[in-house]
Parts: sequence; C-alpha cells; structure tokens
Amino acid sequence: MPADFVPLLLMLVLATGLALTLLLAARWLGPRRANPVKVSTYESGMDPIGTARQRYSVKFYLVAMIFIIFDVEVVFLYPWAVSFQEFLAAGSGVGVLVVVTIFILVLAVGLLYDIKKGGLEFD
Amino acid sequence: MDVPLWLLAIIAFGVINFMLISASVLVYAERKVSAYMQNRPGPNRVGPAGFLQPFADVFKLMFKEDVAPRAASPFVHSLAPVIMVVIAMTVPAMIPFARGVVIVDNSVTVLIILALTSVSVYGVTMAGWSSNSKFSLLGGLRSSAQMISYELSMGLAVASVVLLAGSLSVVEIVEDQSVGGAVLGWNVFRNPLGALIFVITAFAETNRAPFDLPEAEQELVGGYHTEYSGMKFGMFFLAEYVNWFVASFVIVTLFFGGYLLPFEPQILAAYPGLEGSVGLGLLQALCLLVKVGFFVFLFLWVRWTLPRFKYNQLMEIGWKVMLPAALVNVLLIAIAVAVFMG
Repeated sequence: MPADFVPLLLMLVLATGLALTLLLAARWLGPRRANPVKVSTYESGMDPIGTARQRYSVKFYLVAMIFIIFDVEVVFLYPWAVSFQEFLAAGSGVGVLVVVTIFILVLAVGLLYDIKKGGLEFD
Repeated sequence: MDVPLWLLAIIAFGVINFMLISASVLVYAERKVSAYMQNRPGPNRVGPAGFLQPFADVFKLMFKEDVAPRAASPFVHSLAPVIMVVIAMTVPAMIPFARGVVIVDNSVTVLIILALTSVSVYGVTMAGWSSNSKFSLLGGLRSSAQMISYELSMGLAVASVVLLAGSLSVVEIVEDQSVGGAVLGWNVFRNPLGALIFVITAFAETNRAPFDLPEAEQELVGGYHTEYSGMKFGMFFLAEYVNWFVASFVIVTLFFGGYLLPFEPQILAAYPGLEGSVGLGLLQALCLLVKVGFFVFLFLWVRWTLPRFKYNQLMEIGWKVMLPAALVNVLLIAIAVAVFMG
C-alpha cells in the first residue's frame, strides 16, 4: 500500500526541486542593489505608517471556525459516500440514508443559526 | 503498478515541463483573447504574432532584482511562493491523461487532490502575513476566507461524484462515467447541479474573475503578492496560471468524462482495431485537451463578461447559496443512487 504513494512523493520532490531552482536562480541571476526606499513597505508612495501587524476584523476568525465545523462534516460524509453503494447492495441503504439525512439536517440547523445570528454578515 | 520508478520519474518530469510550457501558452492566450474581446491587438511584437512574449517575460523576471521589504519575515516570505508552485505542480500527477496514463494511481487520489488544493490556502495566507504590508495582509485574509468558504461546497460537490462512482480513485471515477454509452454517463448529465457548483467553486478557488477579490487591483494594489518582485512574483504568477489549467483538468476529469471520447463504445464498435492501441490513447489525450481547452476559454469568457463581486456578496453566495445547494445536491444524488442502483 505505501508503494502506491511513492509516485506522489516523487512528484512532490520534483515540484519542490523546480520551485527551489526558480528561487535560487533568481537570487543568483538578479542584481542585488538594495536602498532604503526600495526595501520599505509599499503604501502607495507614502512613507509607511506603523506596521501591518495590527488587529483586524474578528469576522475572519468566525469564518475560519465555521469552516472547520463544516469541513469536518464533509470529511464525515466521504466514507459514507464511498460505501453507500455497498450498503445498498447489502440491503441497508435506506436506513443509512435516513441517518445521513439527520446528520446533514443537524448541521443545516447550525448553519441557519449562524446565518440568523449574523455570523456571516460582511457589510 | 508495475511501471519502473525511473520511467515514472521521466513521465513526472515531462508533466512538470508540460505544465510550465502550458502556463506560458496560457499567459499568451489570456492576453490575446482578452485583447480581442476588448478590440485591441494585444501582444504582437516578440516572435510571430507575439507568441514568444511570455517566454521573454520569464527571462525578464529571472534577471530582475528580488526586492523583499525590510519589515518582511524573510523565511516565510520565500516559503510562500514555493508552497504555491509545489502545490500547483503536484496536482496534475493525479490526472489521468489517457486510459492507464497517470502518475499517481491509488484508491484515494480524489482526497489527495482536495488535500493539496486546501494547502494552497497556506501559501496565500503566509504571503499576505509575512510581507508586513497592509495591502498584502488584507488581500491574504480576504483570499483565505474566500478559499475556505468555497472549499466546503467544492468538497460536497466532489462527495456527490464519489457517491455515483463509489470510489475515491480518480481513474475509477473517469471509468465510471463510461456507463450509459455515448455521453450520458458523464457526471455533468447525471449530476448537473454538482457540476455547476464545482465549476463555480473552481473559479473561486483559483481566484479568477469574478472571484478575483484577493488581487482586486483597484482597491488592494496586488493583494497578497503586492510585496513580491522578480521571480518570486513570477512563481505566484506561474502557480496562478497552472492552477487555472489544472482546475480545468479537474473539472473535465470529474464531470465531463475526463479522457473518455464522446461515443467511445460506438467508435470502438466501428473500429475494433483501435481497442487498447496507442492510437486510442492519443485520441483520448487529444479529446481531454480539447475539453480542457473549452474550460480554459470559459474562464476567460466569464472574466470579461461578469463584473467582480463585492466581498459581502461573495461570502453570501458562498455560505447562503452554494453550501445549502451542495448539501441538498448530495442528498438528491444519494436518493437517485438508491432509486436507480439499489
């Protein structure tokens, strides 16, 4: 079984090689003449005001948290999706479908709650 | 799976080079098609009809100075473009180019594709954060929020395909679409809502118009790659175009029959000698490329047809339309599978 993943590793190694080659070639080929203006942060030509390490909208964290919940849901659905036809062949398909429908409904209620609470408003 | 490793390495090397050259051709195609859509000539100086323009641009980027802002975190700043390129270049390994011609073939290739595409969110976020520039940070945040929002619907659309095929292997999903003869087995006909959702989420995941908010030039300068220059910017550029190309490949593979020829059973019945020959493989690869070409064009077509969404509209579509629709679609497909295959 691990042998099936060797080609993937191979591809990852080749792709990393390409990326590092590009990075190092650019470093080697390009000129290096830094000056204070050149290496200052871009802010439409003005002198940068403060740093960018500031607080930003909490909405992004909310979206990330809701994403985690629903992503786990999707992951839970995959084993069911793969084996659903086998359940059907074994005659327990309808029961499994009902269970999955309840599972999806529970999460749909969660999504509805979040929408009603305004957790996804970006105005 | 009895292909020797050195041969696989050569094929993988070939695929990476194919992707590199395709990216250059796509840059040219995008500029030329966009130009014609706007009634202007587009690039026409370097080489015949400007065809060598992107190659010239690559050399220009190579010899440019790599300027990183003093305030940036140097390691993460360099790591982000590497992640983007590695992810973009690895996904094509899971795409079958003709029957039996695929680099990675195991039972979970669909999961690997989804896993890799979600890692590219890290590249964007790291690029945005490490640059220590306000434009980059905003672009990176917007982009990561957008990508994770649409990833859910994408995952659910793929789950509906998995339901139909009963397998997580890309090769088996493609072969599963040969049922029903002609073209009716293609998932776009069996699972039209899923196909629509997947195509829309593919636009959002690749940050192409009308979902190109992360790099909305008018408001965010360049989004997460504002502070990148020279070849590091070139790597983001390369990854973006390869992602566009690969997204078209994935759309075709999961929903439009992949390498399957339209009317393949009929063609094979008419020309029995074709079965299992190299000619059939070439035809399949050609067919795949034609289908991919259509979707590549669709990306451009949409880009010059639809205006960009506002950010709140984007999130609203993602969470209040796409996600419920994808959930309903999974249940509908499950019921259909139970009725027609049970």
